[in-house]
Amino acid sequence: MDAPAPPRAPFGVTEPALVRPKSMATLEMAAPYIGLTLAAICLPLVSDDYWGGIATRACVYWVLVSGLNLVVGFAGQIAIGWVALLTLGAYTASVLTAGTATPELSPYLALILAGSAGAIFGVIVGLPALRLRTFYFAMTTLGFATIVTQVALAWGSVTGGGVGVAGPIFPGPFSTQWGFYYFCLILAALCTWMTANIAASRFGRGLIAIRDAEVAAEACGIAKPVLLMTVFLFSGAAAGVAGGLFASLQSYITPDAFTFDLSVLFFIAILIGGRGSILGPLLGTIILTVLPEFSAPLVAWSTFLYAALLLLIVLAIPGGIAELLDYKNRRPLERHREIVPRPDLLPRVLNRTIEAGPLILDGITLSFGGVRAIDALDLELRPGEVHGLIGPNGSGKTTTLNVISGYYPPQAGVARLNGIALPPGAAPLRASRRIARTFQTPRLIGGASVLQNVMIGGTIDGHGSFAESLLALPRHWRDETRLREAALSALSVVGLAQLGAVRADRLQHSELRFIEIARALMLRPAFLLLDEPAAGLSAEEIRRLGALIVAISHHGTGVLLVEHHADLIFDICDRITVLNLGRVLAVGTPAEIRSHREVVSAYLGA
Amino acid sequence: MLESIIAYGLATGAVYAMIGVTYNVMFSASRVFSFTAGVLGMLGGVLGSLFILRLHLPAALGFVATLAAGALVGIVTEIVTVRPVLKSLDQHLYVLSTLAFALLIQQFTAIEWSTEPQPFPRLLPLPGGPLDQQFWLPILACAATIIGLELLYRRTLVGRAFLAIAEDSYAARALGLPEQRLRMASYALAGAIGALAGFAGGEVLLAFFANAPMLNFYGFVPVALGGMGSNRGAAIGGLALGLFQQAANFLVGGIFASVAVFAVFIVVLLARPEGLAGAGTARRV
Repeated sequence: MDAPAPPRAPFGVTEPALVRPKSMATLEMAAPYIGLTLAAICLPLVSDDYWGGIATRACVYWVLVSGLNLVVGFAGQIAIGWVALLTLGAYTASVLTAGTATPELSPYLALILAGSAGAIFGVIVGLPALRLRTFYFAMTTLGFATIVTQVALAWGSVTGGGVGVAGPIFPGPFSTQWGFYYFCLILAALCTWMTANIAASRFGRGLIAIRDAEVAAEACGIAKPVLLMTVFLFSGAAAGVAGGLFASLQSYITPDAFTFDLSVLFFIAILIGGRGSILGPLLGTIILTVLPEFSAPLVAWSTFLYAALLLLIVLAIPGGIAELLDYKNRRPLERHREIVPRPDLLPRVLNRTIEAGPLILDGITLSFGGVRAIDALDLELRPGEVHGLIGPNGSGKTTTLNVISGYYPPQAGVARLNGIALPPGAAPLRASRRIARTFQTPRLIGGASVLQNVMIGGTIDGHGSFAESLLALPRHWRDETRLREAALSALSVVGLAQLGAVRADRLQHSELRFIEIARALMLRPAFLLLDEPAAGLSAEEIRRLGALIVAISHHGTGVLLVEHHADLIFDICDRITVLNLGRVLAVGTPAEIRSHREVVSAYLGA
Repeated sequence: MLESIIAYGLATGAVYAMIGVTYNVMFSASRVFSFTAGVLGMLGGVLGSLFILRLHLPAALGFVATLAAGALVGIVTEIVTVRPVLKSLDQHLYVLSTLAFALLIQQFTAIEWSTEPQPFPRLLPLPGGPLDQQFWLPILACAATIIGLELLYRRTLVGRAFLAIAEDSYAARALGLPEQRLRMASYALAGAIGALAGFAGGEVLLAFFANAPMLNFYGFVPVALGGMGSNRGAAIGGLALGLFQQAANFLVGGIFASVAVFAVFIVVLLARPEGLAGAGTARRV
């Protein structure tokens, strides 16, 4: 093994963010929020009642937008009809406090029930997102928004119909205008804190992974249905609470108060702010709420203005405000970067004690239409072995990988790990069986940092629940610390630790390949499936990759290597399977394969 | 009552069907569902009323001007919202760009035209009755659209080029077809069809800016249920939707009708995301 001996920094950059004291970095991140909070607390000293009302409205909107941000900005679901949940919350709170249908309830209890109603309907509205593609889902939320208003109009005995119903009035210190402002501000700050916690947790990263690299998210064991439904639940609750506050702020609500324009405002505030950010949408909400107040004509034209802003953002700055604020990622990177893997550091990552048995494919058959992609394929991967899978284009190599990692259910045959059958076609269940993989084209989240990308690989090793992350309870911190340390180790192993803080879409192709390996190592895999990891690498990089793969296998991980670089295959593989037209042409050691007559004539060339 | 259910149902259904066709024509040229489909339908009504009632143009001239304006909006949609994002890796951007453009037009109409429904002119000097022109005009327009498109796609060279682009735009480009111009032409065609829908259904739906989101949804339902790209599916789905909606409207009230349509839409899509007549999903990895 040729591990580069001295642990020198491969190029002379000072390591950013990662090596700085954590408290400094946290303070720098929190600074804008602290500033905004202080400004908001001091607002009554400098402002009149009119602006106080606007500021209260901004707080109420943010309570909704903060939750919606997880749906739109993080999970990437185009939910444009969220005003429906605001309407629902507003009517629930108002009707319960007014007592038109039930005994009169306390406004606080009504607010909680409004949140619960919002949560339930958030899940109902969100359900279609599990199966429908973007535009379809956008349409269902739009349809839902129309219906809720119609029901509010028609169900006159409860909602007051077109006449409306009085909003709840909060007692005690919150009954004055500024008192109510502080009440809303506290809730808004709470929502900011909670969603920021989620954003910085494995759940936030999982959502972004679903948005930008769904296939890779599945390979990392991220269960999309559970995660999305949890987020819809939270987002719906936030919207319901915002509705209750909105009704109180308006003091009297009719269906006319809930125009589709509000939905547009919420949705566009997030996109103007930037997807995958908390601060950006927060600023977006403030800007969009305040903007029309600067001149009277703007009020009528506000939605037109928002739409124009949206078009501008989509066409010119898809990253939104968050991208403009992200000054760190505009610093130029070192030009001639070198990837120097450190296989000697592998014990830090692969400190696994589980002994896995072999992974055996037995008679796997899969056709696409009339084409037999793989035909009665048998394959045995042993722990601690590098197994090469070669063959001409279209011989079924990647398809074999996709069957093992559960993207395609085979039409016949079974895959067994350690004697237990792998559930066919269930990709998210592979991670828990410690089967990791990389992809032919690297599937990473361009907008997230390299470190975050790698941390996604360890998602299933977190123990804390969504609620624990929401409230930043101890288990959340322990998970985060452990995942961060593991990810830093994995990055050191592949030789990219110094790029941890950089946004992944700024890196070059070869670096992305190694990041994918680091992400796969986060699973401490029993079996690692590599799909053409050497494609696009230089000769020197291929040599280092080979050494790294061998080192990984020496730690007990079985590696399945699909590759076209014959040199790499024959140098590092313990055994090789040759495929042709979906069938096994030959199996054996590199020496046997090299002298196999059919292989030479079909594939290697004489 | 039955005859008015059928008359109203088929008339609105025909408009939904034509909006569905508008979605389809844009979709097959670019794989983009555009939020401007409903806006075009709304504009058909508003512009018809503007040209004929406010500017006192003859009905025929107003009709031509409305279709031309629709085609123009279609072309602008293509240039402003579709072309810049087609190259982007993020496939979802088009949803946002077309939504933004649709909102721009809708808000502009609300402010500069009216926020209240405005009357739409009677187009032909014929007596009214259960077989009034407001009912058969949209049906006639819908039938003409479907037959016209069939003829265009099957009998003309340009139509076959459209089909080639829809089937495989890479291969079509390799054959030397001017993909970009064909796409623009498709959008112009879609614009004219959308405007025709609103114009023909003008007397039923009136000239009202809020028709845009309504038509967006009800025009999309037949496309989603019938399988995208299928114009005949959209026509049958649209007419069925119109009849169902009107029947529910008369029998149990409008709220139930909307809730029922929405529920059917969600349930069918959850059960068969590719539509009742659609094909299975493609390979992902």
